[in-house]
Amino acid sequence: MTTAPDPRRPRPVSGDRTAAHPVLDAADVTRVLTRMAHEILEKNGGADDVVLLGIPTRGSTLAHRIAEQMASVEQRTVPVGSLDVTLYRDDLRLRGVRALGRTELPPGGVDGRIVVLVDDVLFSGRTVRAALDAIGDLGRPAAVQLAVLVDRGHRELPIRADYVGKNIPTSLRETVHVLLAEHDGRDGVLIGPADLSRQESRQESRQDTSS
Amino acid sequence: MRHLLSAGDLSRDEALLVLDTAAEMARVAAAPVKKLPTLRGRTVVNLFFEDSTRTRTSFELAAKRLSADVINFSAKGSAVSKGEGLKDTALTLEAMGADAVVIRHAMSGAPHRLAGWVRGSVVNAGDGTHEHPTQALLDAFTMRSRLGRLEGLQVTLVGDILHSRVARSNVLLLHTLGAEVTLVAPPTLIPVGVEDWPAQVSYDFDRVLPKSDVVMMLRVQRERMGAVYFPSVREYSRRYGLDAARMAMLPPESVVMHPGPMNRGMEIAAEVADSPRSTIVEQVTNGVSVRMAVLYLLLGGAMGGASE
Amino acid sequence: MSNWLLRNVTILGAAPTDLHLADGVIAEVGRGLATGGAQVFDAAGLVALPGLVDLHTHLREPGREDAETVASGTLAAALGGFTAVHAMANTDPAADTAGVVEQVWRLGRDAGHCDVFPVGAVTVRRRGEQLAELGAMADSAARVRVFSDDGHCVDDAVLMRRALEYVKAFDGVVAQHAQEPRLTHAAQMNEGVVSARLGLTGWPAVAEESVIARDCLLAGHVGSRLHVCHVSTAGSVEILRWAKAKGIRVTAEVTPHHLLLTDDLVTGYDPVYKVNPPLRTAGDVAALRAALADGTIDAVATDHAPHSLEDKETEWGAAAFGMLGLETALGVVAEAMVSTGLLDWAGVADRMAVRPARIGRLNGHGGPLEPGAPANVVLLDPAATVTVDPGSLASRSRNTPYAGMTLPTRVVATFLRGRPTVLDGKPAESGGPGGGR
Repeated sequence: MTTAPDPRRPRPVSGDRTAAHPVLDAADVTRVLTRMAHEILEKNGGADDVVLLGIPTRGSTLAHRIAEQMASVEQRTVPVGSLDVTLYRDDLRLRGVRALGRTELPPGGVDGRIVVLVDDVLFSGRTVRAALDAIGDLGRPAAVQLAVLVDRGHRELPIRADYVGKNIPTSLRETVHVLLAEHDGRDGVLIGPADLSRQESRQESRQDTSS
Repeated sequence: MRHLLSAGDLSRDEALLVLDTAAEMARVAAAPVKKLPTLRGRTVVNLFFEDSTRTRTSFELAAKRLSADVINFSAKGSAVSKGEGLKDTALTLEAMGADAVVIRHAMSGAPHRLAGWVRGSVVNAGDGTHEHPTQALLDAFTMRSRLGRLEGLQVTLVGDILHSRVARSNVLLLHTLGAEVTLVAPPTLIPVGVEDWPAQVSYDFDRVLPKSDVVMMLRVQRERMGAVYFPSVREYSRRYGLDAARMAMLPPESVVMHPGPMNRGMEIAAEVADSPRSTIVEQVTNGVSVRMAVLYLLLGGAMGGASE
Repeated sequence: MSNWLLRNVTILGAAPTDLHLADGVIAEVGRGLATGGAQVFDAAGLVALPGLVDLHTHLREPGREDAETVASGTLAAALGGFTAVHAMANTDPAADTAGVVEQVWRLGRDAGHCDVFPVGAVTVRRRGEQLAELGAMADSAARVRVFSDDGHCVDDAVLMRRALEYVKAFDGVVAQHAQEPRLTHAAQMNEGVVSARLGLTGWPAVAEESVIARDCLLAGHVGSRLHVCHVSTAGSVEILRWAKAKGIRVTAEVTPHHLLLTDDLVTGYDPVYKVNPPLRTAGDVAALRAALADGTIDAVATDHAPHSLEDKETEWGAAAFGMLGLETALGVVAEAMVSTGLLDWAGVADRMAVRPARIGRLNGHGGPLEPGAPANVVLLDPAATVTVDPGSLASRSRNTPYAGMTLPTRVVATFLRGRPTVLDGKPAESGGPGGGR
């Protein structure tokens, strides 16, 4: 385990809504992903029949990175795809309609394979539930496993990850920001206060794009 | 987006959102389970005052693939055609809790009136000689799929422009998406007031062919004959029909489109309709994806819905 | 009998004076008149015009009493400042016999809100095939002088010629609804940029203009009067100018809505804007205003066309053509012509009372407000405004295109032969004709 900064270090002044403090830096992220890639290979006895399926946007990027790591260790390609779960979400009616992300099946499909779902943050578990429904309509995997960069707690469904980059207990008044170079210019994980407007309802305060 | 009444109502971003969403929806057709739970519990009513098996089944399939409940209200021979009236039908649909009404009607503007009488979303599936927005969307989707772009594309629409709702919707949407449109028809079938449209007009099909990336042939109704728009089917075909010889004048990558149903031999020759340049069959497939996208964007969020 | 003294009124907008109405006529005009036994009406700030005369109204009775009756329509007329209306013949049965025109005339007399002068149809059932008994209608109690198939065009050139000739015998006039039928088959709105965009079958201006041109030439050839209903295009105005310059005895009318509204309003497909002839372009509106101002167009005629809800609350293609007009006519004319400086009140009196009465050969109306003349007077407040509320119109129908609009001027009082039919903008409590039933 890497030494991570204590997430309970003093919070920023309450009026300053823009301040977020880092929990993982770029080097940490790289190490964590490498470790997860090894864990996936270890648990499944190699990369045979393993495919990665990332949940857009950042889950998809992470899936590609992990797949590259696994590929360089095992000296073979690891199929990667992306799975947008918007159409399977259970909270569609609560907000205005959302644009869809890309769905691309990994080459060779998912039937009979070990599908490792990849997402950036595991939170209520609803996104993963939607993903399981979506996978069910795509085919019949031999097994489904879950890999997440951050588990921030507060599960609302009986869902747990097989591979966790970092456990970061958080309060509902906080949000977790995952930054990735491909999207944000650098890698990192930050914790910041939730938007003031979001604090007004418990439902709203859970609204981030995480699982 | 609460209703889809006219292709001209869509901004460039909204139109692209529909096309991009349709691309994702298209995947469902290839999946083993052709079903998404997204519109479960929503009710979509197909209110078709004009016969159209093709469009109606396309909307029905689109709604069902999204798990919506579908009710088909075919008005021919029903209380409606006997004078119950559009407003009373609207009140009945309200009472049934329709979340969306897909309406095809013989009179221009009927969807606009309906939209004032129902709380749900209204989708115009063709109103008189006014518009057919989902047709234009699936046409644009098809062009983009086949040719990779829409910006700067040279699109030629040929046929009864005066009475064509497909033409009106296509002119508006293609302009919004950056394509350039030319209309080709005999002068009798070009509307007075066309100067106001974002399109060129030509009476000479042969001149326009070599510059066309897309040629879309519009159906010419034989019934128009009686009203003296052109002297004979033979003359129309000769001057404005797309036969194999004309098809050979097209640039090599160009495609031929037709909204259907076709008058084989009148506006389009059989060999053209069946050639690899023809997108006629994929237009039908794309129609389902595009209509899924439209229904999702209208009904897939909180109703009364602003997009995110 | 009524005895009214209207104090400090301005007649046709001139300097304030007093107007004494007694025994059905104007008894005296002058400053500081003695009250005598008269009821005094403080008319300071108000303008007096001769009671307005409408050459073109649809009262719908007999046949469509659900939309309007002679009673409700004439009440609407009185509230609009009218003391006489010509009721068009497209009733059911059509007014093509002495019997029907007398019926309508009698209904008007019994209601007592304003005088009703029925228009006789030109052809039997307005079918355009055979002349109706025009002479019988002229000789009837209704004393018909204006004949029209309005709603239909007398498009057969020979039939139109015969009609123009025939009515000379009793100083009648044929009022033509100029609409070439084949050029306007299934037409829905003005043919132009808006119709092309909305996908509605267009109604080309030439369908009106070609008929007017032909009829003017015919009238000139046979030496008859001709009246043209609801002129709506700039081209028609040019033809009328030409015809009048040649000495052809043609008169023309324009509706208030054609002086104000354009075809852009059809966007949205609300059938309240569906009318025959259709709303045209801004260029046409400008030409019509100029023509009314210079007298090329002689009269404003409302073409008041009430329709039930079922006939208007439908798809555009299924809706009936027509708009209400009686109660808003003066306000719309004030907005289009007086506020813009194109006409003064004397001009309004000329176009809305004097000339219409002359065209209809009405002796008791439109006359100058001077002693001895029948006391048909309307008092209006030029400084007031009225916001149009369809729900509070006297008409049985609600199809007004001005709902929610604020229009200038307000009719304060209307006097029909010295008896008030409207006081303070509301129906006067009164009996029927002659002050009591």
